[in-house]
Amino acid sequence: MKNCEYQQIDLEALSTPAPTPSPQPVTENGKKKEKTAKKHRRKWEVFKGKNRFCCDGRIIMARQSGVLPLTLGLILVTSVLFFIFDCPFLVQHLTVCIPVIGGALFVFVVITLVQTSFSDPGILPRATPDEAADVEKQIDDAGNTTYRPPPRTREVLINQQAVKLKYCFTCKMFRPPRTSHCSLCDNCVERFDHHCPWVGNCVGKRNYRFFYTFIVSLSFLTAFIFGCVTTHLALTSEQERIIQELNWVAANVQLLKLVICFFSVWSILGLSGFHTYLVASNLTTNEDIKGSWSGKSGAEAATNPYSHRNIFINCCSVLCGPMPPSLIDRRGFLSAEEEEAAPQAIGREVELPALASKKDINVGTKCVSEESPARPPSRPPDRCGERTGHNPVVNSDTARDNRMAARGARHTPAARGVGGDAHTHHHAKAHHKRTQRGAKSALDGPGGTRASSPSLGRSSKDRKNAGSPPPLP
Amino acid sequence: MTPPPLTPTNHRKVQLSHITTHSLQDLRQQAAVAAKVFIQRDYTNGTVCQFQTKFPSELETRIDKQQFEETVRTLNNLYAEAEKLGGQSYLEGCLACLTAYTVFLCMETHYEKVLKKIAKYIQEQNDKIYAPRGLLLTDPIERGLRVIEVTLFEDRSLGR
Repeated sequence: MKNCEYQQIDLEALSTPAPTPSPQPVTENGKKKEKTAKKHRRKWEVFKGKNRFCCDGRIIMARQSGVLPLTLGLILVTSVLFFIFDCPFLVQHLTVCIPVIGGALFVFVVITLVQTSFSDPGILPRATPDEAADVEKQIDDAGNTTYRPPPRTREVLINQQAVKLKYCFTCKMFRPPRTSHCSLCDNCVERFDHHCPWVGNCVGKRNYRFFYTFIVSLSFLTAFIFGCVTTHLALTSEQERIIQELNWVAANVQLLKLVICFFSVWSILGLSGFHTYLVASNLTTNEDIKGSWSGKSGAEAATNPYSHRNIFINCCSVLCGPMPPSLIDRRGFLSAEEEEAAPQAIGREVELPALASKKDINVGTKCVSEESPARPPSRPPDRCGERTGHNPVVNSDTARDNRMAARGARHTPAARGVGGDAHTHHHAKAHHKRTQRGAKSALDGPGGTRASSPSLGRSSKDRKNAGSPPPLP
Repeated sequence: MTPPPLTPTNHRKVQLSHITTHSLQDLRQQAAVAAKVFIQRDYTNGTVCQFQTKFPSELETRIDKQQFEETVRTLNNLYAEAEKLGGQSYLEGCLACLTAYTVFLCMETHYEKVLKKIAKYIQEQNDKIYAPRGLLLTDPIERGLRVIEVTLFEDRSLGR
């Protein structure tokens, strides 16, 4: 049988020492040996979205970490100052539970923040070429015979409510309901809530519960610290106060903590309240802002088809429901076909024409299957560093139809700069409504988000920061 | 001649013989792909993972309609079981919340357990029913739970 012969030849060839690629003839055996000498690649190395990966694919982040270092810094600094300056006093005057509770809350906050930032928010992998071709064929079949391009939407009936599914030009598929394409990360994310720069990642189906727990526990922490600091000040006797005023550092530290906590408490409490409302009605920030189900955008009264009509069940399903798996399989190894299709495999393309026949390739490559070798990654999965920027919050789908390039798209620094601690949600909500008409988040223009020209006025900054090569067409 | 020492390259060769004589499915990989059919998701019940049970016309000559619909229905039931909101999932969720979700790092979730069941079921179906007819089902998880990909191979007498 053919396979057996192939195998025998290989074993004989192996008995000869030093299998260097160059002296061997360019036959299947030679090609195979060359392949097996290369490193295996994992799927994250050829991931098409604009994400960054660490620890060999275990950690996933958005391309720009946003203000995550600031968030972490603020939390750490405030908490450490609290433990150093307030705890000793309060333990002495009140109870030892104070640092215990504070410590527990602090640990909770940091863990949930890290999980929100570094986990997969529910990214949908892009359609394979075969799938994309099949969808295109269906669209063309369904289209009319005029010269106008066929509509790229599909209507489905979900719980007796008509929902329009839009076609994503970047991912080449019809987006499932509640899925939205994040232009910053260049991925479709399931149950897309928003892209949070404070956390440096999208918030979607898989990490919404981490995000919610983070903001709730953070509001408890800031309220707790605020309460402790004011208690400390209240309990300080007159004489101690005079001494403290002389100690410039201690006085300023108290003031700093008060200021941070005061602003944080109001904004984070407000945000927690808003998200509690969303959880109870099984809505996403995206849907709430666009008014998908409140009847604002449609003529008829639309109801949320995903709601279970019961607050308790809604909360449970969002926060305690089964944890969906990650669909992108970051740490899986590439199969032989994927290796050949991968963009870095430039040298590989030269080898293919030299082979005897396609059938023989199948025998050779498929038999090696998962252990197919690969070249070491030539560059990190960084692509098109230019388009990303600090787009604070919501990626608008509604404005997509307005085919302007990403000029006015980004929520300008005004939204970012307002109130250091104020969460960009609230401001972005107002700002979004203002810019909705003129803005376009450059999501789904033909050719996807890559080929569109970088947004003017911001790209120079991004280019300087990113310093990566121009986008591939 | 003494057998060569087990280096990574010849270890793979040994695996190779194991693979090629293992199952009909691998012999299928030598056959040329004639077409691919995609079974899309069915969203009438919301965002839960369900696939359309409509029988695609390209498979009419290859497989019995009942058989195929049975497969898809079983898959739908399995996915429904994975995403079921019940006592067990709530318990898991609450426990996870209390531990700041660190249990997900050490414990396999209910969903993952069901996914393994699904993978086994698809493998079984492929071996028993689909491979003999020149078809191959791809596990939807490899396609991001978007489609069930059915690969139609050229009808040869290979392996029959």
